[in-house]
Amino acid sequence: MELFTNQVLAGIATGAIYACMALAVVMIYQAIDHLNFAQGEMAMFSTFISWQLIQWGVPYWGAFIITLAFSFVAGIAIERILFKPLAKAPVLTNVAGFIALFAIINSSAGLIWDFTIKQYPTPFGSAPFLGSQLISTHQAGMIGVTVLLLLGLYFFFQYTRIGLAMRAAASVPESARLVGINTSWMIALGWGMATAIGSIAGMLIAPVVFLEPNMMGGVLIYGFAAAVLGGLTSPFGAVVGGFLVGIFENLAGTYIPGVGNELKLPIALALIISVLVVKPAGLFGRHIVKRV
Amino acid sequence: MSAAEEVVAEGNEAVEAVPKRAMTLGTGTSLVVLLLLIAVPLFAKNFVIFQLTQLLYLGLAVLALNILTGGSGQFSLGQSAFYGIGAYVTAVMMEQFNVPYFLCLPVAGVLCFGAGFLFGQPALRLSGVYLALATFALATAMPQLLKLNFLEHWTGGVQGLVVTKPDAPFGLKMSQDMWLYYFTLVVVLMIYVFSVNLLRSRSGRAFMAIRDNEIAASAMGVNVALYKTLAFGVSAGITGVAGGLSAIAVQFVAPDSFTITLAIQLFLGMVVGGVGWLPGSIIGAAFIIFVPNIAEGISKGLSGAVFGVLLFLVIYLVPHGARQVAILGQQLAGRLRKN
Repeated sequence: MELFTNQVLAGIATGAIYACMALAVVMIYQAIDHLNFAQGEMAMFSTFISWQLIQWGVPYWGAFIITLAFSFVAGIAIERILFKPLAKAPVLTNVAGFIALFAIINSSAGLIWDFTIKQYPTPFGSAPFLGSQLISTHQAGMIGVTVLLLLGLYFFFQYTRIGLAMRAAASVPESARLVGINTSWMIALGWGMATAIGSIAGMLIAPVVFLEPNMMGGVLIYGFAAAVLGGLTSPFGAVVGGFLVGIFENLAGTYIPGVGNELKLPIALALIISVLVVKPAGLFGRHIVKRV
Repeated sequence: MSAAEEVVAEGNEAVEAVPKRAMTLGTGTSLVVLLLLIAVPLFAKNFVIFQLTQLLYLGLAVLALNILTGGSGQFSLGQSAFYGIGAYVTAVMMEQFNVPYFLCLPVAGVLCFGAGFLFGQPALRLSGVYLALATFALATAMPQLLKLNFLEHWTGGVQGLVVTKPDAPFGLKMSQDMWLYYFTLVVVLMIYVFSVNLLRSRSGRAFMAIRDNEIAASAMGVNVALYKTLAFGVSAGITGVAGGLSAIAVQFVAPDSFTITLAIQLFLGMVVGGVGWLPGSIIGAAFIIFVPNIAEGISKGLSGAVFGVLLFLVIYLVPHGARQVAILGQQLAGRLRKN
């Protein structure tokens, strides 16, 4: 029983990261109807920025804030420069664009900071949390930050004018434009926020998986799995999906024989495919009806 | 949620339509290219011949993706998985069961056709982005599946397998590389002719109808489910043969040769060569073989960035890839002739 509780708690902790990643994926998906394959790499690059700042002597939380601001601006810049011209292009072109971005970011991070594995500090320490052996303070911190982030986003989208404008622009662009919302900038804002959220995920998981240019590969797949499970159209679903996938991953690793670390990615694959086959809209997503 | 929210805008198609006629080369041009392909190795060094072989089998893999995407309008970022299966099937059969190499390729093709057909079943439900996602996951998972413990007996696990290069048969005085080149050329030509004819056939027309408008196609009586999975199967099968050829040419297979990077390269080759233009596959393959070499010469790790930047340039400047360049060249030549 203790093993079970332990694994569930550990699952919730990693699930927090998947939730952040899935949230970032869903935000961009909502804004532009495309999955951002470069999301993980963008998060990785931001994490490297914060690492560099810490190396230069900036205190952790200072580096955290600067990185958030940097990611936000960078996300907007990428949308304005690279993806705005592709807004009307076929899906194929957009997928190619995301892949190009993926390759560029991945290899420039390798060029700047090389491919060796780096330690990344945690602001929470790694002592047992509240004297319990179940989770460490870093894991508790990960959960805490994610929950705060979600509450913040909820209030932002529910109670601010600009949050409302963003929701309007995402769901009915034409009508939103008619009531005077600058939908094009709302998309850019969505990119900025998604990039910032991704960078939080990166900075939280870096102490666990260590910092290197390929660190987000697995996390992104799990983020996708979480987003698909929760429903690509629902930010709330993405978060629930994230936690569920985290727990599922840990329990499968513990209780199914033969599923160790080396089968983690195939599990995510199986999960994505089975959700897409059984319930394509996900747990909380809405069905998309196509007009003929 | 209002009803308006649930409607996706029209005209959000996956790929731009390519007319059937524009998918291949004219007879004259084909003959010139064929003669070049036959003649060049006679005057080249062994390493160059090896690179040309590489060009052929990667071109074949790009062609397979082109049938899927350019033909039936479905995506795949998971071609590396089928390529890997094909390579492994060939390597395992050759090394563990001593099957002659030319018999391994059809088996690899058929097995991959099956795998692709099966994977096409869930893919049926998915379109555009979702399909890209599922195949992306397939490609990332494949190296781990190949490393599985209970397969290690055959696959050699992380270590991979070494494959012996075949000698030229009938006592021909030919280096192994040159023989392999001509062998590959014959296989590739057979599959190319098959693909061209496939796209011109009833099935090919069904693919294109689905690509251009799925709902209209089903209203016309096209069995959408069958043809979508069929396109997946054919594409996977050809990719498997390409993978098998690569295993023989490289003389080595290992799980980490078949990562998502390979899938991305194939995808890139297709975009550069022109989606839906079959001869462009070879140009795309040339691009993915030679550009990284040049970039790595400048700095290690730069190749990804160079790839990415070039891909963006292609998307913005020549969205139809090499096909567009070829058409421009043709028009220019026509104008010069008039003057």
